[in-house]
Amino acid sequence: MFYYILRRLGQMVVMLLLISATTFAIFFAVPIDPARYTCGKNCTPTILEGNRKSLGYDQPVPVQYAKFVQGLATGRDFPDNAELRAAHPEQVVHCPAPCLGYSPLQSRTINEMVSEAWPVSISIALGAFVLWMLVGVSGGIIAALNRGKWPDRLVVGLGLIGYSLPTFFIGLILLTFVAIQWGVVPVPSFKPFLPNPFDWAINLILPWITLACIFAASYMRLTRAYMIETMSEDFIRTARAKGAGKWRVILRHGLRASLTPIVTAAGLDLGGLLGGAIITESVFSMHGLGFLAVNSVTTMDLPTIVAMVLIVATFVVMANLVVDILYGFIDPRVKVGA
Amino acid sequence: MSPATASKAFLEVDNLSVHFPTDDGLVRAVDGVSFTLEKGRTLGIVGESGSGKSVTSLAIMGLHRGTRAKLTGHIRLDGQDLTELTDEELRQLRGNKMAMIFQDPLSAMHPYYTIGQQLVEAIQVHSSESKKAARTSVVEMLGRVGIPNPNKRVDQYPHEFSGGMRQRAMIAMALINNPELLIADEPTTALDVTVQAQILDLMRGLQREFGSAIIMITHDLGVVAEIADQVLVMYGGKCVEYGTVDDSFHRPDHPYTWGLLTSMPRLDRVKQERLVPVVGNPPSLINVPPGCAFHPRCAFRALASQPCDSVVPELAESYFGHLSRCHIPVAQRAETFASDIAPKL
Repeated sequence: MFYYILRRLGQMVVMLLLISATTFAIFFAVPIDPARYTCGKNCTPTILEGNRKSLGYDQPVPVQYAKFVQGLATGRDFPDNAELRAAHPEQVVHCPAPCLGYSPLQSRTINEMVSEAWPVSISIALGAFVLWMLVGVSGGIIAALNRGKWPDRLVVGLGLIGYSLPTFFIGLILLTFVAIQWGVVPVPSFKPFLPNPFDWAINLILPWITLACIFAASYMRLTRAYMIETMSEDFIRTARAKGAGKWRVILRHGLRASLTPIVTAAGLDLGGLLGGAIITESVFSMHGLGFLAVNSVTTMDLPTIVAMVLIVATFVVMANLVVDILYGFIDPRVKVGA
Repeated sequence: MSPATASKAFLEVDNLSVHFPTDDGLVRAVDGVSFTLEKGRTLGIVGESGSGKSVTSLAIMGLHRGTRAKLTGHIRLDGQDLTELTDEELRQLRGNKMAMIFQDPLSAMHPYYTIGQQLVEAIQVHSSESKKAARTSVVEMLGRVGIPNPNKRVDQYPHEFSGGMRQRAMIAMALINNPELLIADEPTTALDVTVQAQILDLMRGLQREFGSAIIMITHDLGVVAEIADQVLVMYGGKCVEYGTVDDSFHRPDHPYTWGLLTSMPRLDRVKQERLVPVVGNPPSLINVPPGCAFHPRCAFRALASQPCDSVVPELAESYFGHLSRCHIPVAQRAETFASDIAPKL
């Protein structure tokens, strides 16, 4: 088990290096001069070259990549050029490991930007996760147990609606009516969890609902399908023959056996979301990782784009690893690492 | 005791029918089956796949509740009519006073819980025994059904058991609360012959010990001969022959039972003789043939006194304590058996 995790972590590092190298190659191969974007309207060749040098864009792309990777491992100082650092020591910005880079457009290290955006994204993702799991799984169970009857149709119908409505539509409707017109909750703006968790929650409730809608719908269908399958298994009949009560049979025997695929899907979805919920964050102007990613793309902030891809990839790869390890705990027939 | 004259029996199934309404029509899985069973005795229910054997046993356990099945008739256990009990009253009997052993223990046991957890649960849903005490009883019971090293095996999962051991664990689970009625649904079908004999031995021993009544559902006449006191032969959801095991094997009285017996391989049979299969297929339970359900496959219908394809024969006593359902006159059946069938057995 220990060696398995170690090996998987090693594979993960290689995978992330490949992903970052590919992103690097793609973005620095496009016919855009990144230095040009750092230089305003009154751009002279001198300023352009100076910026190019200070950001390290004068170096060949492989060297830039090597420096990027080195920065991830040991941290980095900006400007990139050693002469410039020596000439203006007061302007040197230190970026500690794992250094994701420096955004010339924001004049800040990307680490700084990410550390501000990350609590927003994790708050949105975790809250929505709890909400959609509760609604989705219980809705799925209710539908499965009443297959073909009205509760099933209701759940499946609601699921279809939740699944078909686009996130930005649900988000805007909620924002317009619940927050602005009716004033049930304040217009969402991110508040830190401490010191006032209630304030945090009330401001996040609309983004949570918005994001949970689409996921709850698909988890309802998933849970419903697996529960219907499980409840017709022989071991369910055995549990009933043993004299186990209705809910014991449903939860301890039925749901337990349906859990594997649900946990798998949930882990991967959560992993993907931790990297930012782009649409939800944009609708509610929550400055999370998704917002940061959109912003960096629209402003052609190349170093930030590379860093965002790496962050999202890390979450996805991590989620995969966690799900694989969880498997061994959920299903005793699976030997993790075998 | 002859089954026909038994009164106030421990288990009394009276005109039981189980019908399933489906989109294609009404499936008459069980159609008017009656039998009785005393404590300490074993009833073998025999028939092809789809003859209604398993549906009958699930009906006794009350496991059709909450499904689409329409159940009529009465099931009396120890004087209590199970069809009139509430779900909760019935739940308290299940796994406690009556228990069931299922056919395929790999799919019948929960893959995510250890054998111990599943057996402990069987105790705890019926008593307030502590987990520790329950576990002790479980280990003891596993030892009793012949699982070596029960202290260690109790913490293993079903997939870590061999087929025979799994079936033993399944039997241990059914026996854990000393049930007075034990229903075994083809308990040995998935096992090889040596293990099969061990399991039957085990069940017989446990029956002696606990005095339980056993219903053994099987399509294997060898198993029935081995363990049963009475035999009920089912065909197309109906009982076609019902009597003691001796009578059913030595003086069988229904052409279907004859077919079953002549199609069974036996070591002591003359080598040159070929097995005689029962021609044709079991009837569809949606479109059961009119009249006697067996008539399309019956080789002796020419002897019948009434039209087999339109009049349903009644279940009637053909000799003392032996019931069968056939239009061929009793004397003629006895004659045919003696001349045509007995030499082939």
